[in-house]
Amino acid sequence: MTKDGSALSESRSGPLWVNAELTYRCPLHCVFCYNPLDYTSTFGKELSTDEWLKTLREARELGAVQLGLSGGEPLLRDDVEILIAEASKMGYYVNLITSGIGLTEERIAAFKEGGLDQIQLSFQDSTKELNDFLSSTRTFELKLKIARLIKQYGYPMVLNVVLHKLNIDHIEQILEMAEAMEADHVELANSQYYAWAFKNREHLMPTREQLQRAEAITMRFRERLGKKMKLYFVVPDYYADRPKACMNGWGAVFLNIAPDGLALPCHEARMLPGLEFPNVREHDVDWIWNQSPGFTAYRGDGWMKEPCRSCDEKHKDFGGCRCQAYMLTGDATNADPVCSKSSHHHLIVEQVERAQHSLISAEETRPLLFYRDDKNARQFADEEKSCSEH
Amino acid sequence: MSLPPDKPLSLEKQFRFQWEPAQQCHVLLYPEGLIRLPGSAGEIIQRIDGNASLNGIIAALEQAYPGAELRQDVIDFLENAHDKGWIRVV
Repeated sequence: MTKDGSALSESRSGPLWVNAELTYRCPLHCVFCYNPLDYTSTFGKELSTDEWLKTLREARELGAVQLGLSGGEPLLRDDVEILIAEASKMGYYVNLITSGIGLTEERIAAFKEGGLDQIQLSFQDSTKELNDFLSSTRTFELKLKIARLIKQYGYPMVLNVVLHKLNIDHIEQILEMAEAMEADHVELANSQYYAWAFKNREHLMPTREQLQRAEAITMRFRERLGKKMKLYFVVPDYYADRPKACMNGWGAVFLNIAPDGLALPCHEARMLPGLEFPNVREHDVDWIWNQSPGFTAYRGDGWMKEPCRSCDEKHKDFGGCRCQAYMLTGDATNADPVCSKSSHHHLIVEQVERAQHSLISAEETRPLLFYRDDKNARQFADEEKSCSEH
Repeated sequence: MSLPPDKPLSLEKQFRFQWEPAQQCHVLLYPEGLIRLPGSAGEIIQRIDGNASLNGIIAALEQAYPGAELRQDVIDFLENAHDKGWIRVV
């Protein structure tokens, strides 16, 4: 056993951050969604209010302090009020991650009363309606209204905008909108290529030129607005040569609970073959975190192969993302191919090169995209089922 | 930046101070993050309540720990906390 491992086993270990994906139901159809492709398989199996509370209590006992309520669109559940109030009483710092659809004054007042600490509002860009959205006064007014409501209840206005090839050139309009909404923090994050975004990768990856332009515009706003509106810009990791420290390490701080109770070390791990993930309906969080094969599989560095095993950065980036390694190389124990030391790094380089030469326009791209909707999800679920039957 | 000695200090909005039994230490929670405040750090932040000033906090700590030379340490710690945006002058 490694030195790190023995130190861990001496103290009772647990997650610090719990992300509760309350439902995969969603009124939006974002092409960059990171929910699983077969998300409809969780319909009819969603955890009950009591099951959520039991799980949150168990995680809190192990020392979890941050709670994210996300989805899908979490506001589609009518027990968010109860979950916020109870989680807050347990001592969680409660974050609501929402598109804002369904956020009424009545609900926000109840959330505040219950102790909700933070609201993250995502920019409702479902791509199909992007131009409409940017030019439509009605939606814009609605968005302003929600933003005002958030501020009125004493919350900072935290705006999340997912960027991609089809909207990145509108960054100036997006930032002007953020400024009009008096946003305090704006995260401009390029989509990461998982799930629906991976299906649409070809059409979502911006060119180098687009990225540079968007960054320059962001810089201009940053210089002008300073502390008034804090701007974060995240480039796609395909453009990097060092892998990201995904989740700060497998089973290190982050516990994701899917709507059907599946406990996962990240949002995407459900796709990894050969790993069985535990369900909070059948196991307690202590066992899930400390004993379950799914959570111990890639914890620490014992699972690493070369070039990770002998790499002096292995405790900095943990070999990158297991899911990305699996999606691109077929083996989750390989180095994340974003790493320039990976023998598969050419896959990233080639994909980035392809993104520079895409000739089709946004209008031509739209019909080619896979929209995140129930029909497409059911189709993926059926395909998977027939694959496993044969 | 130096802090005024006699103005009330308060935690910055969005910061929450609490005792964490699992970690046996005080923490400051803020959106998507946590700051551990072991030992004296927790003792200092605990006294920030929107009323107490820098001098008031030092006096309270001197009373709790008689004979300890802590004035400069408390000033340094709170100035650093202010620079990092954990606390503000009311």
